[in-house]
Amino acid sequence: MTLSVRGLVKNYGGVAAVAGVDFDLGPGEILALIGPNGAGKSTCFNMLMGQIRPDRGSVKLFGRELVGLPPRAIWRQGVGRTFQITATFGSMTVAENVQMALISHHRRLRALLPYAGRLHREAALALLELVGMADQAVRPCSVLAYGDLKRVELAVALANEPKLLLMDEPTAGMAPRERIALMQLTADIVRARHISVLFTEHDMDVVFAHASRVMVLNRGRLVAEGSPRAVREDKNVQEIYLGTGAVYDLARAKGEATAGGEA
Amino acid sequence: MDFVVIQSLNGLATASTLFLVASGLSIIFGVTRVVNFAHGSFYMLGAYIAYTLVSRLGGSVAGFWGSIALAAAAVASLGAAMETTLLRRVYKAPELLQLLATFGVVLIVQDLVLVIWGPSDLLGPRAPGLAGAVNILGQPFPQYALFLILFGPLVYAGLWLLFHRTRWGTLVRAATQDREMVAALGVNQAWLFTSVFTLGAALAGMGGALQLPLVAVNHTMDLQSIVEAFVVVVIGGFGSVTGALLAAVIIGELNAFGIVIFPDLTLVLTFVAMAIILVVRPWGLLGKPEAAVRGGAGSIELPMRPLAPRLRLFALGVGLVLLALPLVLGNYGLSVASEVLIFALFAVSLHFIMGTGGMISFGHAAYFGLGAYGAALLMKYLMFPMLGGILFAPVVAGLGALVFGWFCVRLSGVYLAMLTLAFAQITYAIVFQWYGFTGGDNGLIGIWPAAWASSATAYYYLCLALCGGAALLLRRIAFAPFGYTLRACRDSGLRADAIGIDLATHRWLGFALGGAFAGIAGALYAFLKGSVFPDTISISTSIDGLVMVLLGGIQTLVGPIVGAATYKTLHVTMSSYTNQWQAVLGVIIIVLVIAFPEGIMGRFARTAEARTARAGDAAP
Repeated sequence: MTLSVRGLVKNYGGVAAVAGVDFDLGPGEILALIGPNGAGKSTCFNMLMGQIRPDRGSVKLFGRELVGLPPRAIWRQGVGRTFQITATFGSMTVAENVQMALISHHRRLRALLPYAGRLHREAALALLELVGMADQAVRPCSVLAYGDLKRVELAVALANEPKLLLMDEPTAGMAPRERIALMQLTADIVRARHISVLFTEHDMDVVFAHASRVMVLNRGRLVAEGSPRAVREDKNVQEIYLGTGAVYDLARAKGEATAGGEA
Repeated sequence: MDFVVIQSLNGLATASTLFLVASGLSIIFGVTRVVNFAHGSFYMLGAYIAYTLVSRLGGSVAGFWGSIALAAAAVASLGAAMETTLLRRVYKAPELLQLLATFGVVLIVQDLVLVIWGPSDLLGPRAPGLAGAVNILGQPFPQYALFLILFGPLVYAGLWLLFHRTRWGTLVRAATQDREMVAALGVNQAWLFTSVFTLGAALAGMGGALQLPLVAVNHTMDLQSIVEAFVVVVIGGFGSVTGALLAAVIIGELNAFGIVIFPDLTLVLTFVAMAIILVVRPWGLLGKPEAAVRGGAGSIELPMRPLAPRLRLFALGVGLVLLALPLVLGNYGLSVASEVLIFALFAVSLHFIMGTGGMISFGHAAYFGLGAYGAALLMKYLMFPMLGGILFAPVVAGLGALVFGWFCVRLSGVYLAMLTLAFAQITYAIVFQWYGFTGGDNGLIGIWPAAWASSATAYYYLCLALCGGAALLLRRIAFAPFGYTLRACRDSGLRADAIGIDLATHRWLGFALGGAFAGIAGALYAFLKGSVFPDTISISTSIDGLVMVLLGGIQTLVGPIVGAATYKTLHVTMSSYTNQWQAVLGVIIIVLVIAFPEGIMGRFARTAEARTARAGDAAP
């Protein structure tokens, strides 16, 4: 298994944001984590990335425990990541952003004399070529369109030849046509390189078009898991998630009436 | 026991004054996000104006208290004038430039005070009706101090009512939390900012005026009080009035008892307390993490580029001129030129920390001073030759920066700046008070260069070689992976962490490296002057560096050199034309901040970039 998550729990002042999540992610698999707002997706994601420390549970990458490691150490284990709101280095060019990741990957961060702009230039341009950004390589990152920033982030995330990509809402804030193109690009790249992907997403078109498996999180628990088709046809999921907001409220009301609430 | 009670009452009296000044500073920062360096000037003006008024109106009950109220009102209107004419023009500028603008005001007020009231200390009258002493546990205790002990909490209560029981106060509290949201709700921000600034100035003015019966009014009150107020605000948490009260009591008591237990270490004690509190609570006792500013301050830095061929030629030309300078300049001119070179290196090393590293330092003089004292002490006690001293100076300064930096890099923004200031003040206090080793304020003299470098020309070339070499090396490092790593940490900590970069460690190393280079400058300065005095570590040296970096433009690598040259040249020429060169400098700083909010070189870089972009668009 590339990634094995067991019994992941995070409470915020008595409220369970994530209340015991277990799942596995196999090599080359593209796994989508979906759920309504407030379901615990981001908390779950940030625990995998090392930004939030879980109260309980374990996250193993190829059998090695990740819980307790800072994000930078998790990255060194071969986990690339992109953010919901892009995080890039605004005072560097597109190519330099990728070069920075390559310099870190090759452990040259403290070199004092070589010109950083010349290190791993070819490799950076090759990655940018891959995501379709080679023609903008010398532009400052601070002037890019948002969709292009997402592509740069993808190139940066691929720089350490990751085994696993964590993508938090990879298409958030993009125009519909761009979304499909970016997700198609991501899917092509990860399939070609046999990288596993875990992503959260609000756009169901993106999810059902590219995920090999889908997990549904609601109120801190996984409520369904399976192929996109199975999840799409799951009555429970339709009720709590795929319907309108009104349906969600109804389900919530029903849940509280029958089981006295989940909390 | 009696002694403890009396000392703690003394501490409380000090705390009241501290609170008056610090609460105003804190409120102003909370709402306008301006760190108002001129707050100490308001305090000093309050004292001077009250002195003049009392001598006109007489020391009767009405005359005295009326003078204090009028002085506070006068300072308040000065504050309002400063806000509407100056600060309004710079609210959009990066926060450091706002600071620089308020520092310009400090310089102007310092000279104005000298012109109007003269250089000698002025002794005010005692407070009528409160001139006597009361008996507390068998000991006489001044009535006026007792009054102050009551007055502080009274002001606190008044402020609390103002903030919690009036619409204006609610707006102020809301703006302290999220001023964009308050603006979005249609509140007139201009009016809110002016009124808050006026209130803050009034509190500072009143604090100053109330000193009249306690101390002689003098022209060093401004920097002295601003540093104390900064400490109190930082300990209490920026924007928190209750925090300011709490911190004022802590510092007041610390001073009252510290002066008895460690009479030589009161300065150190204050700053050690601040350093400890900041390490345990990085945002002060009652402060909150600084809210992220939406949309940024509009100062995204451009990618670094090697110099364009034309600029390379220009730099070469400047280099040749510098080499030829001894042909034109006499000994005095060469020693001025050497000083400019030394401060250029000082500014470049500060820029490495502030610009490349993104860590604002208000205490860079500490490393300059450690270098200067390091070289001088090695020479004095261990008979080091000049070059040996200059070689070891960066080691001494770098070690100091490693120790202080370890604490500093864990903070950010204003708190980081204040902690660097605290460490610089600790260094200053140790050097100042350790007579046996450092000579205290007598300094160390007889630190002359080796015989071969003793002529003005030879020493100039030594400075040119070392400062030029060091500056070029720092430039090279900025272009190297380490420099890029520092910028990565500055641009996006989140992303840096996600590509395997250890933020704290790299920032720490960057801080130490900048400190070490400042040490070289310090050692060269010691041998240039033939002596070292504690003022090499003083706040004003730190601020000189800050002004040079900001003047030149923090966003370019050449900026600090241009800034240092401009600042030092202005300094030297102004002081030979007028006694009020400080005021002129202040005016120039303010004009430059308004005209070149990106610094001199930042402006050039932006124009050049726009030209390249246009050329690129025209010919794809």
